[in-house]
Amino acid sequence: MPEEKDSTKSTDSHSKANGHEFRVIGVPRRRVDARAKVTGQTRFADDIFLPRMAHCKLLRSPHPHARIRKIDASRALACPGVYLVLTGKDLPIQYGILPVSQDEQALCVDHVRHVGDPVAAVIAREELTAFEALDLIDVEYEVLKTISNPEEALATPEPRIHEYGEEGNIHKLVALEFGNVEEGFAEADEIFEDSFFYQGNTHLPIEQHAAVAIKDPDGKLTIWSSTQTPHYLHRALAKVLEMPAAHIRVIATPNGGGFGGKSDPFNHEIVVAKAALVLDRPVKICLTREEVFYCHRGRHPVLMKFKTGVKKDGTITGMHLQTLIDGGAYGSYGVASTFYCGALQTTTYHIPRYRYEGCRTFTNKPPCGPKRGHGTPQPRFGQEVQLDKIAEKLKMDPADLRLGIVESSNAMTANFFRLGTVNLAECIRRVVQLSGWKEKFRKLPEGRGVGLACSAYLTGAGLPIYWNNMPHSGVQLKFDRSGGVTIFCGATEIGQGSDDVLAGIVAEVLGIDTFDVRLFTGDTDLGPVDLGSYSSRVTLMAGNAALQAAERGKALLAEAVAEKLAVPRERLRFADRRVFDSTAPEKSVTFQEAICLAEARFGTIGTVGSYTPPKSPALYKGGGVGPSPTYSYSAAVVEVEVNATTGWIAVPKIWIAHDIGRALNPPLARGQVEGSVYMGLGEALMEEQEFRRLPKRLSHALVHKFPSILEYKSPTSLDMPDVITELIEEPDPRGPFGAKEVGQGPLLPIMPAVANAVYDAVGVRIDEVPITPEKIMKALAEKKAGREPRFGPSHFPHVNWPEPLRVPPPWEGGDGNAVNDVARRAKPRPEKEKVLAS
Amino acid sequence: MATLSIESQKTSQIRFTLNGEEVDVSFAPYKTLLEVLREDLGHTGTKHGCELGECGACAVLLDGKAVLSCLVLALECDGRRVLTVEGLGEEGKLHPLQDAFADLGAAQCGYCTPAILVTAKALLDQNPHPNRDQIREALSGNLCRCTGYLQIFEAVEAAIVKIAGQNNSET
Repeated sequence: MPEEKDSTKSTDSHSKANGHEFRVIGVPRRRVDARAKVTGQTRFADDIFLPRMAHCKLLRSPHPHARIRKIDASRALACPGVYLVLTGKDLPIQYGILPVSQDEQALCVDHVRHVGDPVAAVIAREELTAFEALDLIDVEYEVLKTISNPEEALATPEPRIHEYGEEGNIHKLVALEFGNVEEGFAEADEIFEDSFFYQGNTHLPIEQHAAVAIKDPDGKLTIWSSTQTPHYLHRALAKVLEMPAAHIRVIATPNGGGFGGKSDPFNHEIVVAKAALVLDRPVKICLTREEVFYCHRGRHPVLMKFKTGVKKDGTITGMHLQTLIDGGAYGSYGVASTFYCGALQTTTYHIPRYRYEGCRTFTNKPPCGPKRGHGTPQPRFGQEVQLDKIAEKLKMDPADLRLGIVESSNAMTANFFRLGTVNLAECIRRVVQLSGWKEKFRKLPEGRGVGLACSAYLTGAGLPIYWNNMPHSGVQLKFDRSGGVTIFCGATEIGQGSDDVLAGIVAEVLGIDTFDVRLFTGDTDLGPVDLGSYSSRVTLMAGNAALQAAERGKALLAEAVAEKLAVPRERLRFADRRVFDSTAPEKSVTFQEAICLAEARFGTIGTVGSYTPPKSPALYKGGGVGPSPTYSYSAAVVEVEVNATTGWIAVPKIWIAHDIGRALNPPLARGQVEGSVYMGLGEALMEEQEFRRLPKRLSHALVHKFPSILEYKSPTSLDMPDVITELIEEPDPRGPFGAKEVGQGPLLPIMPAVANAVYDAVGVRIDEVPITPEKIMKALAEKKAGREPRFGPSHFPHVNWPEPLRVPPPWEGGDGNAVNDVARRAKPRPEKEKVLAS
Repeated sequence: MATLSIESQKTSQIRFTLNGEEVDVSFAPYKTLLEVLREDLGHTGTKHGCELGECGACAVLLDGKAVLSCLVLALECDGRRVLTVEGLGEEGKLHPLQDAFADLGAAQCGYCTPAILVTAKALLDQNPHPNRDQIREALSGNLCRCTGYLQIFEAVEAAIVKIAGQNNSET
């Protein structure tokens, strides 16, 4: 076999862990798609140009809330070069990512709910023609009262933004109680009540969303799109276009950044699909940056109230969390987000009794959804800042306090989440040591400070978006006589390295190089379903599926080689593109010969693997959000310098330790940590999705304050501090080669660590994100005036919370069901689709 | 009979050097260099994130200087030299910057990468031994949402060492 290594890095170096020697796993490697990326050859959706391709532009509502009285597109249609105008009546079927919130239409039929909601589409020969023709569509609107924030939503039941939900403009109410939290407070030595506000922000992927659709020569539909979830888009297209899914092919092109922002099925994808079918020619759309801000699905703004009881030693006796969540104009993942806002508080520290109440309202703003950390960074910020306050009151070091209450491996939480390996204590000890915490905390000169915070995150959502009992990930492997192995999998490359994970695992098992592996991923026709690149699920789930498929192929090859070499199968080793007797390595065949032997013996060699997460013990209604095969843990120390004259915050250095289980490709794992730290720092200091009202003499509409990259501040290369990253590698048996997630968890501790560091530096609490110089100046002024040295929310509006579902925690004999709800243990699977988050 | 839309009116023509090769191209006069590269010349390696000069994803070298191709009219480029990511490597080999970016995790999604590579090349052409602060400064107009920039800095530094080694062995 020719040594076609091209420019791939040699894998001469080995990694060792647990006595096993790996040739691929754990060895720093050039990722399989790196060459395409550095040569500009990666084909993103907007890089697709097809013959006869038409271009699509969307006409978007200038009003935040209005009825559509009339649409007249005749002038646009008469425009030379315009092929087609679509309006809501062409695509009336509602869709949405969650089965319980099918509340979107590709083009609004009679009701627009935020500035930017699309009402018509023009498809023309040229992009500019389509753009110019938008002005020729006459839309008559009847403007409705605008709901601009959750408090207004609570106070304004009419007009309703949607005709479904709890009541008025409340989309979702959640109330869960695990043990009697009042009893917990009665046992406490101290009770802490704190309010926090976490401003919304957006993903800002540098690639704008784009999609190209064609009617295939045989009449079927193919769409390429920058989507993180081709499988869910596939389902939405089938529903709205009323076509069998089998006649639709979705190809997720590599995403130029996703971060959760490309996880919903989008109106523009459905529109180009419809247009391609109508016109029988390729149709492309690429959103402008302004439109990307209107797609949004970003971080929900959340107002929070934490009440926490603690013993003198820091032990938590009970916690009560309330959240008020600004959902924006549509459901999106919002029901799941509402549960996520309360789900993971129990996974870091032992909380024996816990009550969560969450309320998501609709508002006339672009819809919020999942952004890196989905629903958990907001409460994590509150919880970790409150712990800092608790430590100070108890005169404890915040690191020591946390070390005393961290959860243990394999624990079951109060809300019935089964944890995997928990190395949070080690994470804390590492960052304390590396940062010189003990020499710095409360000891640095005025204006300089350090803060510490921790977090946990899912390694994949334990339940799918729609109810089914099938695997979450599937992999097919083809073993070719040439010696090559081809991986087919629905997993989607969004930059996180999912292709490299699959190739690395397969290459390790089979003893070949990742360069010997070909990948066909993110394609609903070519590969078995993978649910998508969200919830940090790909490494564990698609990885385990790949591992199973590779092991099955290896077994076939081993059987054939064992016979040929007359060596017991268990003595065979696969390494360096050979299969050999481990006791007499000269007795060997090449990997290619092994495939040929196996093919001669068994016929064509192809194997499959799949992964289904373990069943969750959280049986109560709502227990579908939060379970995961295992959780990652992070601890971070942030150092800040605060200028008391200007309020300016500089961050010279960050130390972070992440409990990853195993790093499959160390530079990529480190890159995920650093990228998370970066994004967390942006959220901590500057990123915010803000709105303003236009002047009365204009429309007085509620508009995005600055839908542009220039005004939406994000950290540049000049803002990025040094980051010391420590990967804690204790393999978790649930992950492939012990791997846990790394793409989201390390973002979570950054925001609270910055807030805690600011307090250490200048003695003011900023209980709100982002932490801007303006807020620091206001808090410093309060301090100077002898008032509470703090900036943050002071009240939580009244919400009519429902009676909570009461779930006795495991240590009170609970079985995972709510005592005041029907038992769900032996419940037969519902016939109709049902969202697990509801 | 419908008249041609403005975009189809390829009334402008220029001749310029693209990645070392002389090319002629006709295009609608309002088009930017970015649009002409991607749409009229099929060079899609150069990306776009805003088309307003905010993100840096469309950077190319114009007469050796990093510019945002979304802010340059193609008409301005007649007779000039343009280098894009497609022209970085030579004789089938990756440029040391490309090698280092690929090996050291400096490209995650890869979308901002082409522009960062050519911007880094412009820096190294002008200053073969920049320090970390100079690298930060040079790349401060190129937003990257994936990496947190640190592995990009390290890759540029690794390429500096490699290029210096190559130059020494050549002399």
